[in-house]
This record gives sequence, structure tokens and C-alpha cells, in this order.
Amino acid sequence: MGNENNGRTPVAVVGSGNIGTDLAKKLVRSPSLVPVAVVGIDPASDGLRRARGWGIEASHDGVDWLLANVERLGVRIVYEATSARIHAANAARYEGAGLIAIDLTPAAVGPAVVPPVNLRAHLDAPNLNMITCGGQATIPIVAAVRRASPVPYAEIVSTVASRSAGPGTRANIDEFTEATARGLETIGGATHGKAIIVLNPAEPPILMRNTVYCAIPADADRGAIDASVRAMADEVAGYVPGYRIKELAFDDGPFQTPGGSAGARVSVFLEVAGNGDYLPRYAGNLDIMTASAVRVGETLAAERLSPAGSTIR
Amino acid sequence: MTAHATVTGATGQPSAGRAYRLTDSTLRDGSHALAHRISPAQAAAIAGALDEAGVPVIEVSHGDGLGGSSFNYGFSSTDERELIRAVAGAVKRARIAVLLLPGIGVADDLKEAQALGASIARVATHCTEADIAIQHIQMARNLGMEAVGFLMMAHMIEPAALLEQARIMEGAGAQTVYVVDSAGAMTVHDARARVAELKAGLRPETQVGVHAHNNLSLAVANSLGALEEGVDQVDGCSRGLGAGAGNCPTEILVAVSERLGYVTGVDTLRAMDVAEAVVAPIMPREQIIDRSALTLGYAGVYSSFLLHAERAAERFGVDAREILLELGRRKVVGGQEDMIVDVALELSRRA
Repeated sequence: MGNENNGRTPVAVVGSGNIGTDLAKKLVRSPSLVPVAVVGIDPASDGLRRARGWGIEASHDGVDWLLANVERLGVRIVYEATSARIHAANAARYEGAGLIAIDLTPAAVGPAVVPPVNLRAHLDAPNLNMITCGGQATIPIVAAVRRASPVPYAEIVSTVASRSAGPGTRANIDEFTEATARGLETIGGATHGKAIIVLNPAEPPILMRNTVYCAIPADADRGAIDASVRAMADEVAGYVPGYRIKELAFDDGPFQTPGGSAGARVSVFLEVAGNGDYLPRYAGNLDIMTASAVRVGETLAAERLSPAGSTIR
Repeated sequence: MTAHATVTGATGQPSAGRAYRLTDSTLRDGSHALAHRISPAQAAAIAGALDEAGVPVIEVSHGDGLGGSSFNYGFSSTDERELIRAVAGAVKRARIAVLLLPGIGVADDLKEAQALGASIARVATHCTEADIAIQHIQMARNLGMEAVGFLMMAHMIEPAALLEQARIMEGAGAQTVYVVDSAGAMTVHDARARVAELKAGLRPETQVGVHAHNNLSLAVANSLGALEEGVDQVDGCSRGLGAGAGNCPTEILVAVSERLGYVTGVDTLRAMDVAEAVVAPIMPREQIIDRSALTLGYAGVYSSFLLHAERAAERFGVDAREILLELGRRKVVGGQEDMIVDVALELSRRA
């Protein structure tokens, strides 16, 4: 590995659309990762042009080019910012080339990870999936409630600006609701999970909003839940600066939920502003995906690839 | 009774003899007004009576469509699959429709509903977001269901923009596209202009429907205006039971249609009986246009926000109308019920 990287771990981004380009721009700022390649398939791509402007090698010859240049570039981690179908085809090739894949598509080849909740349990996986934007925004809150109380049922509503919902999301919106609901259960720790997504076309575009409802017992320690949720929100805001709790409220049931009758409920209203890197500030839903993916890469670089990792290749 | 027999078709309207299809949504839109508390016995009684009156299509689902049972929209007291089963067991002729909002319900919900006896899938999106329905419209057709596209909050965009969205649904396989006045905010001119645009711009074989709410006391008038523009399908709810100030009352629509010479296949007196003898007794309150309901139409806010806003107003000590007006200013769309408590909390802090 060359000294020009100053000890930072070389990474590549596959996909030069909105997500890939925003991600590359964030990676340029990372203290522990360095983007050495961005690949796409369209020579006219604005993302490839921008990447070159940031001093990153960019190619429109796709994954074939990347895999032919892995050794020369010293790439250790590859970010997939294409589509579920393409990632399903690429995943085995990445693994064959010894690359760790961080997957921002709904392909779910590897385990789903949310940095402050379960990333540490999957640091050895060859492929890590970022679930959905709604999942990255809400699963930490459910997990925070779960630290302080049983959660027989959790439900989230993500509302995003229509302009920030890309063609992939629109063509298969069930993937969002199903993957997010599953994450509320398997990662958040709720017994039953439900996810809802709403697109709002208002102009100027709205910031991403998320509401998290957790069913809790009537006698749950509300002070402990409040403190746990606020601590978790601070932790997420550590890598997604625009993430904040707008409101937090408790109310009394009983509520007849799919997880049984619940005595009370906590509702957490979240707002996510983007960082305005390549994507506009309203696109907090896309920003939280790229920012979380950077966090995953940085954690891998610190805990899996360094110091031993940096000497392997 | 005499009047019933003698005035039919006597008004000399050009509508003489034209048929349209009536869909009764008491067991879906009415779910909002009942806070999603409908028992299988009630569903069977209502569906059975509507069927005997000759209503050709009966819609049944949670108010927010399949999968709508939730904290955000209210939990159903009975699993909607049980309600579909009860309706299927109670009707002899009527076809069963279900509503699905992509983002809330999923394709598997549709499959289950079809297996339980639903043959019409009404796939609903906000009026600018038709492309999120493509997946579900195609799925409905693949299941052998009739597919209806349901463009909600249609007052928010101009007729030409609505047509573009309707074409997306038509292209996906929808055999009908509805102009849905979810906020009860349309005037007769608004309803006519949108129906006329869709009738002129969609393929000749694609039908157009209209779904009205009565927040401005225009549900019947808007439905008649739509009929004059050639609309093929009209929604009603028995005794108007539905979100906000309610919907176009089925029995009034049928009575007026008969007077004007439209053919619905529904018996007018029986439709009245369903409203008064079967539906009215289970209603927690009559559908009136009180100040909150009127505000929905005036501010252009999704009708099912009404009861949620009233509950939030009471909980946080603010005026329900202030909540609704603020939601209107923020251009909140259907499904954003979580914004109601958010806005109420904000208003209570300001006070």
C-alpha cells in the first residue's frame, strides 16, 4: 500500500449516480478511508466527472475495470451504489477478489447493519448491507427503547421528498417496507415491526421525517427510555450531522397492537437534513445512507483492517 | 312511493338511459368514521343489504387500505381479512373491491385479499406519485383482478398534470383511473375539469371514476358534474359514512341518478333502507359538516385527518382547525397522520 494514502484504507465506489457521487465526496473527507476509484457505465456521467475533479480515478468501464485494477489501487473495500440486481451479480466477484462489500442497495446479500446497534457483531462478514434509509434512521431509536424496556411492537413512518425517491425505490416500494420492518425486529429488537413510507411532493422539498412508535408496558421506566433515546440520537448525529429529535412524547393505551395489548406508547419524531454534499440538503434520506455507509467503512478500517489489515496485501 | 314511480326520467336530461357503475365504500372509507372498529357481523349485514339493493361493487378494507391497521392510522378492531371473508359470505351478486396504498400495504396483502374473494384492486397514490403503483397494478392484473388506479388529493394538481399521472396507471394495466377528492376540496368546476381531461386523454377503453367527500357540501354535486362529463364509475357511502364530513351518500346518489335518468341497477328505496336501518344504527355520530370538517375542505386537507386532529386538539389543548390549517399550509399529503401530533405539539408550545 502506497504512502500517498497516509495510512488510510483505499476504497472504491461502484455506481456514479446520486448516491455513489455523494458517497465519494464524503469519503474524500474521511480521516481513515481514501476513495481511489469510482466506476460507472456512462461516459457522460456527471458523477465520474466530479470524481476526477476530486482527484479520484474514474472509469466508465464498470466492475470489470475495477477488478482488473484492484491490485494496482490497493482497494480493500468496495461500496455498491447501483441496484439490487446488479449487486446480486457482483457480490461473488468482489468476494473472489478479496474485497469487503458495503452494499447500499436492497440486495441483502450480507447481514444488515446499523452502525451504533449491531455493526460490531458483523465485522468479519464479507458483505454488509445498509438496509434502507428509513431503517438507518429509525432502527437505532427502536434499539434505544429496547435497551430500557420490552418493545412488543414497533412501527415507523418515513416521509421523504418525492424528488429524493429514485426510480429504484419507486419501482419496488415493497422492498422498503418489508426490509425496514424486518430490521425493526431483527436489529431493533421489537417483537413485531411495521414500516410505512410516504412520498411528499411539496415544493420546496421537505426534509426527511421519521416517526417511530414503540409499544411499551404501562409501567415502563419513561425517564430511562427518554435518556436512552436521546443518547442514541446523539450517537447517530455523530456521523449524520443533520439527524435530530424534533419531539418525544409518551401516551397511555391500551393499544391493541400486533404484538398484543400494550399499556403505553412512546412516539419519537425525527428530522434528517442532508449535509448538502452532492445531494441537496432536503435529501436527508439519501444522506443518512451514504453517511452510515462511510461509518461502516471507517469502523471496518479501524477494527478489521488496521493495524494487521494494512500489512496483508 | 308514488313519486318514486312517476318522476323517473321525467326531467328531460340528456343522460337518459346512460349507465354507470356504483362502488359503495361504506366498509372502507366508513372505517375512518368508525375509528376502524367494524365487526364481521356488521360488515356482513351492511354488505348483504347493499347487495340486495343491487349495489354492484362493495369495497372493504381498513380505511387506509390493506395493511393500514397501525399506530399511525388506528388499529382495526377486527383483522380486515376477517371482514373480507364476512363480506364474501354475505353477498350473492356484488363484486368485492379492496384498497391498497403502496408504501402502507404490500403485494402479499393483495394476494391474500384476492384469495379471500376480492376481485377488484384499487391501488391508491398521492396524485403526483402514480409510478409507485405500477408494481401493484401489475400484480393485481397477474392475479386476474380488475385494477383501478386511485389518484388521491387530486385537487392539488391541474387537470393536465393529473392526466399524465393517470396515463402512468393506465400504462401499468389499470382499467379504470379515479379522480379522488380526498380533501373534499373540489368545487364542481374542479371535478368536471379533471374528469373531462381524463376522459379525453386516456384510451377509449379506459374508464374514469370519481370519489367525492362532502366537506364543502359538494359531494353529490361533484359526482353529478362528473357524470355530465361522462364519468364511468362513481363512489358512494351509505348515509355518507366516511372520512371527514363523509362521502357522497349512496342512497342520495341513487335517488338523484334515477331522477336524472342514469341507470345504476340499484333500487332507490332499498338503498335508503340500508342507510337508515342498517348503517345509521352503528354510526357514532351523523355525518355533519361541522367547523373541523368544513376546514378540511377549505384548507385542502386529507379527510381522514379529522378524528386524529380532534383527538390531538383535545390532548394538547389547541384548536383542531389551527392544526388542520397548518397541515394545509405545509402541503401534507395522505398518510402523513404522524404530522398531526407533531404540529399539535408545536402549536401547544407556541401558545
